[in-house]
Amino acid sequence: MSSTGTGIQPPPPVIEAARSPVTAFAFAGRTKVLPILELALLIAASIAPLVLRDYITVYATRVLILCLFALSFDLVWGYAGILSLGQSLFFGMAGYGVALLSRDFGVGSIFAVLPAGTLIGFVAALLLAGFLLLGRHPSSVVFVSLGTMTGAYAADRLARGSHYLGGQNGIPSIQPMTIGSHELSEGPGFYYLVLTILVLIYLLSRFLLRSQFGLALAGLRENEQRIAFFGYKVQHLKAIIFAISGAIAGTAGSLYAFHEGFVWTNMLGVVMSTQVVLYVLFGGSGTLIGAVIGTAIVEGLSFWLSDNYRDIWPIILGVLLLLVILFRPLGLISLVLGERERVGHFGPSLKEKRNAAP
Amino acid sequence: MPLLEAAGISKVFGKLTALDGAALTVGEREFHGLIGPNGSGKSTLMKCLAGALVPTRGKVTFINTDVTSFTPPERARAGMSLKFQITAVLPTLTLYDNILLALQARSSLLDLAFSRTRGRLHEEVMTMLLQFRLADRAFDAAATLSHGQQQWLEIAMALACRPRLLLLDEPTGGMSLEERRLTGELLQPIKQHCSIVIVEHDLDFIRDICDRLTVLDQGRVLASGTVAEIQANRSVQEIYLRRA
Repeated sequence: MSSTGTGIQPPPPVIEAARSPVTAFAFAGRTKVLPILELALLIAASIAPLVLRDYITVYATRVLILCLFALSFDLVWGYAGILSLGQSLFFGMAGYGVALLSRDFGVGSIFAVLPAGTLIGFVAALLLAGFLLLGRHPSSVVFVSLGTMTGAYAADRLARGSHYLGGQNGIPSIQPMTIGSHELSEGPGFYYLVLTILVLIYLLSRFLLRSQFGLALAGLRENEQRIAFFGYKVQHLKAIIFAISGAIAGTAGSLYAFHEGFVWTNMLGVVMSTQVVLYVLFGGSGTLIGAVIGTAIVEGLSFWLSDNYRDIWPIILGVLLLLVILFRPLGLISLVLGERERVGHFGPSLKEKRNAAP
Repeated sequence: MPLLEAAGISKVFGKLTALDGAALTVGEREFHGLIGPNGSGKSTLMKCLAGALVPTRGKVTFINTDVTSFTPPERARAGMSLKFQITAVLPTLTLYDNILLALQARSSLLDLAFSRTRGRLHEEVMTMLLQFRLADRAFDAAATLSHGQQQWLEIAMALACRPRLLLLDEPTGGMSLEERRLTGELLQPIKQHCSIVIVEHDLDFIRDICDRLTVLDQGRVLASGTVAEIQANRSVQEIYLRRA
């Protein structure tokens, strides 16, 4: 245990302290709730179509797509502290984009339309970020939220007025998406496709957010000014995560368009944008899984409530949302997840430490 | 050639002139104290140096480069580092992550995304924490530290960027006598590779640690020189007596 063999300067006591059982225990001593929760949800989601009736599976597919959309908002708000109130802009633009591809060019292959939708979301978000985030000096939260919201509102109005985009009615009867010669219509097949994409994007986001890039984002969220004084190019960081989030919203939007079989102006507008904010606040921001849980519960509740309390269900839902925000400002996820695990840590993992030990 | 040279710095907020042609010169490995009564413009001058404020007039030169219009990240990358007056540690992150964040501020985004810096910086992080007597708290959230410890963490973070010049705005604010003494001790070894500008109310602390002092009064430089020179200076004595 005497030498590290690296030949660099740190005095011996440091290495001693770093490898002491105390710090190792600090990592090992905590039970991890998050992986268990993630796994449980994945299992539940995987067997759901087997036990649910078909029309509920269709509804559940829509919910999964909205989960993906919520994930995109959690990335910008929960991790980078950018309050994007126009997230539907990327969702809707991608939806309209793939609808046009299908209507005007007859393109419906999943390998063309999903990348196209994702790209539309990415580029649109990057362009908007250029306006809103990439000034020489950091822009305020209010400026960014109003800017994004205005973007969504404007797109909604433009689509309503545009004959080419179908005006108020949107673009109806989009041909189904195809994989090779197989047509994908709503049902268990579509459900599992969406689930796979959701899990893949979830894992990719998780990887990115737990990397040192995620640490930089955490710094951005906690104190943007402070990390600017470290030398971080905060505007670039924000623009990048904003564009990634736009890409994910775009993926969700194109799936949504093909699943519903039509697109309409609401997909672009402010209502959709606020809905996604509610999902994430309800479930708990900054955890990824919170966004998924929030979406599933809000949508599940509205489904059940609208069936059983036909006239007053929006009021019940509203009150529930308010109660959660009042008593659990960190969202439902904070019922099971402690502060430390929610924020995470970015130092070396226990495994890396063991490998480093002589 | 001095490390930092600020000349003719003025800052006007509406009708209030906070700085009126203030100047400051800091050499390599020099601890320079900035003192003066409340409202004399010390913090404003610091902010002009760090880039938090853009001076209305004047020029800041740092390592032969005109940095007057540099943004804070640009100044940080040039080798300046700032410790805020109000502690600005990142409360929910662990101490370890606070330092790590500061250490990799200049890493490329790809290095960050693939965490290439994580293992490499481990010993450096622990060295910083140990140097500031925080190693045993490494994996606690920064919010759980005492006020004095947060100040130390903040100094450690400012130093982790490996600056040539460290700007310390009231490093001992809210500290006990013992903590102040320790802070002085913690700062001494830095002199080997870094200059410091300190704004501080505690004159004993300033006297013990600084090589040179600049006294501000009403936005102007009243006097500048070695600690002994300043102590012997009549007009300086007057403004402090006037206050007492």
